[in-house]
Formats: sequence, C-alpha cells, structure tokens
Amino acid sequence: MPAARQSRFRGIPGLGSRMFRGPLLFQTPPACAMLSSIFSRLIACLLLCAAVQAHALTVEAARAMASGDTDERIAALQQAIATPDDATLAFIRAMGEDAVKITADKAIVMKDDKGYDPVSGAEVPVPDDAEDIVNNNRMRGEFDAALASLQLLSPDVAQRRTAIDALREETDEARLPLIEKALAAEKDVALQARLEAIRARILLASSDASQRLKAAQYLATSGNPGTRTVLLEQLRNEQDPQVKAAIQAALTAVEGRLQWGEKLAALFTGISLGSILLLVALGLAITYGLMGVINMAHGELMMIGAYATYVMQGVFQRYFPGAFDWYLVAAVPVAFMASALMGAVLERSVIRFLYGRPLETLLATWGISLMLQQLVRTVFGAQNVGVENPAWMSGGVQLMENLQLPWNRVIIVAFALAVLAGVAFLISKTRLGLFVRGVTQNRPIASCMGVNTARVDTYAFALGSGIAGLAGCALSQVGNVGPDLGQSYIVDSFMVVVLGGVGQLAGTVYAALGLGVLNKFLEGWTGAVLAKIAVLVFIIIFIQKRPQGIFAVKGRTAD
Amino acid sequence: MTTPSPIQLPAPAPLLTRSGWSAFIVALIVVCAVAPVLNLWVPAGSAFHLSDYAVALLGKIMCYAICALAMDLIWGYTGILSLGHGLFFALGGYVMGMYLMRQIGRDGNYKSDLPDFMVFLDWKELPWHWALSDSFVATLILIVAVPGVIAFVFGYFAFRSRIKGVYFSIITQAMTYAAMLLFFRNETGFGGNNGFTDFKRILGMPLATQNMRMTLFVLTGVTLLVFFLLARWLVRSKFGRVLQAVRDAETRVMFSGYSPLPYKLTIWTISAMMCGVAGALYVPQVGIINPGEMSAANSIEIAVWAAVGGRATLIGPIVGAFIVNGAKSWLTVTAPEFWLYFLGALFIAVTLFLPDGVVGLVKKLKKNNNKKTEGAAP
Repeated sequence: MPAARQSRFRGIPGLGSRMFRGPLLFQTPPACAMLSSIFSRLIACLLLCAAVQAHALTVEAARAMASGDTDERIAALQQAIATPDDATLAFIRAMGEDAVKITADKAIVMKDDKGYDPVSGAEVPVPDDAEDIVNNNRMRGEFDAALASLQLLSPDVAQRRTAIDALREETDEARLPLIEKALAAEKDVALQARLEAIRARILLASSDASQRLKAAQYLATSGNPGTRTVLLEQLRNEQDPQVKAAIQAALTAVEGRLQWGEKLAALFTGISLGSILLLVALGLAITYGLMGVINMAHGELMMIGAYATYVMQGVFQRYFPGAFDWYLVAAVPVAFMASALMGAVLERSVIRFLYGRPLETLLATWGISLMLQQLVRTVFGAQNVGVENPAWMSGGVQLMENLQLPWNRVIIVAFALAVLAGVAFLISKTRLGLFVRGVTQNRPIASCMGVNTARVDTYAFALGSGIAGLAGCALSQVGNVGPDLGQSYIVDSFMVVVLGGVGQLAGTVYAALGLGVLNKFLEGWTGAVLAKIAVLVFIIIFIQKRPQGIFAVKGRTAD
Repeated sequence: MTTPSPIQLPAPAPLLTRSGWSAFIVALIVVCAVAPVLNLWVPAGSAFHLSDYAVALLGKIMCYAICALAMDLIWGYTGILSLGHGLFFALGGYVMGMYLMRQIGRDGNYKSDLPDFMVFLDWKELPWHWALSDSFVATLILIVAVPGVIAFVFGYFAFRSRIKGVYFSIITQAMTYAAMLLFFRNETGFGGNNGFTDFKRILGMPLATQNMRMTLFVLTGVTLLVFFLLARWLVRSKFGRVLQAVRDAETRVMFSGYSPLPYKLTIWTISAMMCGVAGALYVPQVGIINPGEMSAANSIEIAVWAAVGGRATLIGPIVGAFIVNGAKSWLTVTAPEFWLYFLGALFIAVTLFLPDGVVGLVKKLKKNNNKKTEGAAP
C-alpha cells in the first residue's frame, strides 16, 4: 500500500512535531504490536462471548475515529478494524468520503442531507452545531489502508484477492494481527500462500531472531520483486549470523526465480516486436519477395492503414458511441481496403511501367512515399494523432509475479499469426495465389495459358499493400500514429525480407521473429541503440555468408 | 596483354572536345574571377551585385554537385546504386567539423580547452579519435582517408560476395542508418543530436567574413571542376570502359576473363572519397554538421540529382544538382508545403518519362531539330 505509507510520512503543514511522532509510533513495533494484539484478542474474546458481531462499533469508538488528535484517531481506527463488522466498514467509508459530521458526543453519517447513526443505522436529527469532519492526507491514507485490510476478511473471494494484491508490498508490523486473523480464516489455498508470504515479509523485521529465520526460509520460495528489496534491506541490518545466512540463501533463490521472469519478459517483448516486424514484412514478402518490386512507400501504406484506424475511431465516437469498444474490429477491413486501394492505384499508374527496373522502382516509390507523407500532413496535420486502445485491449494477464503480458501485445501476436495463416492459405491454396506464383515464376508461359498477367500484378500488389494496411492498424495500437510512422519501420522490414530470402514466406517468418527476439535480448544487454546497430552489423555480415538469405531459392538463373 | 587484340579498339575520345574545353575555361573564369568580383567589388545596390546569400547557396549547391558527380561514377557508369553516399558526405563533414571545433579553442561558452559539448558531458580529456583533430594537414588527409577506408572495407566484403543490385542498395542504406544511430549517441564523442556548430575560425582566420566565404566558394568551384576532369579522364580510360561493361553485363565481363571486384572496389572507394571532400567543403560554408545528414532521405536525394540531370553523362549530375536544389531553395521559401509534392513528383516523373534526364532530353530535342532541318533542306 504505497499510498498509505507515503502519506504517513508526508504529514500536513502545521502538524509540526506530530509529523515525527507518526512514523515513530509505527517504527516501534513491540509496543504497538503488543497493544494491538492484546486489543484484538480481548475484543475477539468479547465477541465470542457476545456472539453478536454487528454491534462491535460503539458510539464512543466512532466519535474517537472521527475527530481529535490525528494519532489518537489512528489508534482508534486500528482498534476498530481489529474486530471489523459491516457498520465499521460503512462508517470508515463514509469518513473517507467526508460524509460525516461531528457533535460534542457522537459522530453522524450524512447521506442526502439526512443524518444517520453510524452504530444502529437509524435516522437521527443533525444538530446545528455539528461540524464537518476534517481529514488530513495521513488520515485519508489510513482510511484507505483500513478499508483494504477489512476486505481481507470479506466473504467474497474476489474482494479478498484484491485486498491481498493491495497488501503485497506491505511491511508494516501493525498489520500483522490482521493478517494473522485473515490467514486463520482463509480457506482458499492460493490466497493462503500469498498471505503467508506477506506475513513472512513482515516478520522478517521482527525482533525475534527465530521468527526472522523462519520468515527468511519461507521467503526463499517467493518470486515477488518486492521481496528482493525487503531481503536486501534486512540483510544490511541483520546481526544474527544464522539468520544472515538464511537471508542470503533466500535472496539467491528469489533472484534466480526473478531472473526467469525477466528472461521470459524479454522473450515475450521480442516475440511481440517480431510479430510486428512480421506483419510489416509480410506485405513486403509479397510485393518485393514474390513480385520483385522494391516498394519504398510500403511504410506509407502502413501509415494509411493507421490513419484509416484513426478515422474509424472518429466515426465510432461520433455516430456509434455505444459500440466504441468495437471500432477496432471495424477498422481492420477498412484499413486493409484503404491501403489495398492505394496500392492498386500506385501499381496501375506508376509501378507497372517499371517492372524489371528495380533501381528506378526504388526511386519512384521513394517519391511516392514523400508525396503520401505530405498528403497526410496536409489532411491530418503534422502532429501525431491519438488512437485509443479499446477497453478489452487494456490491462494484461499476470503470468508470474514480475511477468505481465499486456493484452494489446498478446492480441497483436495472435493477429500477426492469423494474417500469416491467411496469406499462406491465399498464396498456396487459392486460384489467385496460383496465378501470382505462376506469373512470378514464368510470366510468358502464364500469359500463354490465358492468365491476365497485368491484372494479377495489380491484385498481388494490392494484396501486399492491404497487408501493410493491416500492419498499420496493429501498429496504431502500440505506437504513435503520425506522418513519420512508415519511415521508422522501413529499414527493419527490408532487413527482414533480405534476411529471409526473396520469394519465401517461411523465410520471412523466421527472419522477423528471429530479428525481433535478437534485438530485444541485445537491448537488455547493451541498450536500445547499440542493439539496433549490432543487429544491422549482424545482417550485413550474414548477407556476406548467404547472399540469398536464410532460405535461398535454388536455381540456375544468370543474367 | 601479351597477344595483340584481334579487334581494333576505337581510338579513345579526347579528354574534352574543343568546345568542351572552352566551356570548361569559361566556367573556371566565372568561378575564380567573375563571381568574386561581382560579390566583393560591385556595390550592393547594383543590378550585377552577387549577394552573400547567393554565394552561400551556390557554394552549397556546388558541394552537392560534387556528390552527384561521385554518385554518377558509381551509379551511372558502374550500375551500382549506393544509398550510402550521405554517410561518406557526412564523414568528410565530421572530420572537418572536428578540426573546426578544435579551432574554437577557449572561445566557447564554457571557456574550456575542450569543445563545449564535452564540457557539458563532463568529459575531462579528448577521446582517442580526436587525437589528430588539431592538425590541419592530418584533417586534410583524414577527409579522404576515413570515407575511403570505410568504403574500401565495406565494398570489399560486399563485392566479394557478389552482392549487387537492390541488395547492395539496401545494405548500404542499413549501413548509413546504423552509422546515424551511432552518431546520435552522446558517448561516441560526435556531439550527439546537435552535432558540431558555432565554428569560429579556420587556420586561425575568422570564418564569418565575406572574404573567407568567397575563398571557400572559389575552392569549392575549383574542386568541382577538377573532379569533373578527373571523372572524365576515368570514364574514358580503359578502366572506365570495363566499368561500363560491368554495368551492362557483369557476367559476360567475368567470362571474358576480368574480375569485376578490383574495378568496382576502386571506383566505389574513389566515389566515397569525392563525397568526403564535398562534405568537408560543405561544413565550413553551412556552419553545422549533425547526424541528420546521414538520414536515408539525403542519400536517395543524391541519386535523384544524378537521375534528373542524366545518368552516365558527367555534366548531367551537376546540372541536376543545380536544378533540384535551386528549386528546393526557391520552393521551401515560397510554398514550403509543396516542396515534398514537387520532389516526389520529380522522382516519379524522371524515372517514368526522363530515363536519360535533362541532358538526354536536350540531346533528343537537338537530334529531332537536326532531322527536321535535314528533312526540310532537300
């Protein structure tokens, strides 16, 4: 609970020496812990005797929590939450929302301008001299912490899980009794284990050496990055040699586990980058790999796809705000069509005159890319535009304590694989694919067989461009959308095609994923820029050895 | 050649024709005498006065023309499209920039012996690669040596494994891109993002005077003309003929018993050195060098200058550099948003409709005219 802990030290101006008393109170564990544990036991006994939980909150306790010296209020709050009930919970929540008034002898919960008694819940008249509750930041932090603690005992598993999530960084010994209590009541095995880990973390700072030893041994099984910090801190302060050795052992174990998480995280970001490269390069694999057209405007076709996504977002915001979350689904075909159309126009108007002259194609398509960039600047402005993730793409899946896979990345990996499968199917199984392969392998013969080669060229180029549009649509979800979007990927994507070998889909896939993973691993090692340079140097050297790429097409062609 | 060739080779063309020589002399006089007189001695109000702005612009464009000439040697005559000439240009510029940075001495903002950006990075001494930057002679050597060596090593490996065509273009682009990333870093000692600027003097003389600007202008013009002669001499020699044979049918050249590697490597290295010289002349005139000069767009633009003027003619690239850059400096002032449309359209139009560039167009028109007059005469 970082917020609560921070606020404890922040204090408010004018509190003066109390600012220092606050932390002290919590940093002298024996007195505090003993006090609260005695209290909790006492009250627990009382409760057992009375067997009526609903009346644990008393009028005096409520009054004490609501007004007076901050330290005393906190003490009262701690007492109250040691024996929680629904009335306590509601009252603390009300105080957190400033919906409480204080009179000379009691506190009144305000709701819709009416007063209610916090203990009985009955409506009571509000006296004119009732004052509003005053909460400083420290007090608010305490309320939040108290509410989280109370959730630990909630009958609802999901609520308990969120409460435990909130407490995972906790090291405050004052929480110990509550956690012990939650642990005793907890039935869910997984949550039990997590509570035990939290308890061990707190006990690691205990004054009892045997407790510390036990805690250290327990923590050795943890994989939480926060545990490492706690262990390191205690290692520095530890006097007892036996405990010290145990902490050291635990630290080694935890670090080993953390390393796994980090490695897997690097692998995942590598795969994620690779899947983006794959999307970018798949279009090129068709236009360059199959057709032999160097399309320097490929990046700009991606940019068109990204801007098409942006336009769809605007359309949904304007006309279908209710279905806003699904704008991306509608944007996928639109992005494909927009880029494919542009590609077809380019092929008909410029590129078809340049077949067999790759260097000229390079220059002409570069010119096209300049014009498209300027066009986008004229229409949408030179600034980046904002494309939002739909709600179902935000957040992520937590695989390990320090390994979270964001949904947008996971979805893009899946999307790339789906596009790959689609393209592979289209090229190898359909009539259009057959024609494309036929025309690229032997144009005159294909023409003799009655294939309209010019039309096949247009379709194939439009297909490659449309895939670029899909890549742009995916990129809009993870990166900036601006007129320069295409420029930053064009070098990488050509590298992928060159490395993978011309005329190969499989080569493109391996090269894209390989480059992505290699890049990310080097990044962790040398930093982003040097990693990129290393990868480029690697490709240059690799091309020396295998000028035709990983998978060379065997043949006897010579010019 | 031990046995005499059974085929009678045509006699080599003269270095320049008579009219070529006269045009050359005129150009030399314009650069060395007319321009300085018009700039320095004709009063500013006169219609014949050449403004300082025009001198700076023409000086800059002549540097670009050297690049275009170098590009023509490798692309127009050898058929290798390099997208790495921006790197060689920038390398020459950086070598010169390092010297100029050292010439600032203690006059920088921080009054330190070290260049300002090093003080800013809290460096205590010059990195190793700045060791020769104090000497002007060493700088002159390095201006050609650094691009030359890098081009030689890169070219050796690339040509040895017979990388050609578009592959070579893309690999050179990757090389340039990698170098740009490297120069953007602060710790590589090239001033990072900002590069080098705020130069004060060269050879102890202040840089920002009219006389110095004119001197650099004349120097650039003379270099361009000398390089033109050199290129002319190269392409009409036997060496140049092999280059053109490599361009037209490399496999046949190999079957005829030539190894293309030394030919390609030599012209590639010479071309890179010329670009380095252009960069070194460019930096003191423009007053800044930064890694942006290495961006892919710049290298491709060099190719377009050559293409617009006309490949495989030596005068073409020079004309192209003047046309494109003249249009650029005019358009970016009058209608900046149209400049990229214009440049883009130029790329497309030249490749589609003017494969031989402006010079080719002029030749064609002349021929047509001659035919018409011939047809009309009898």
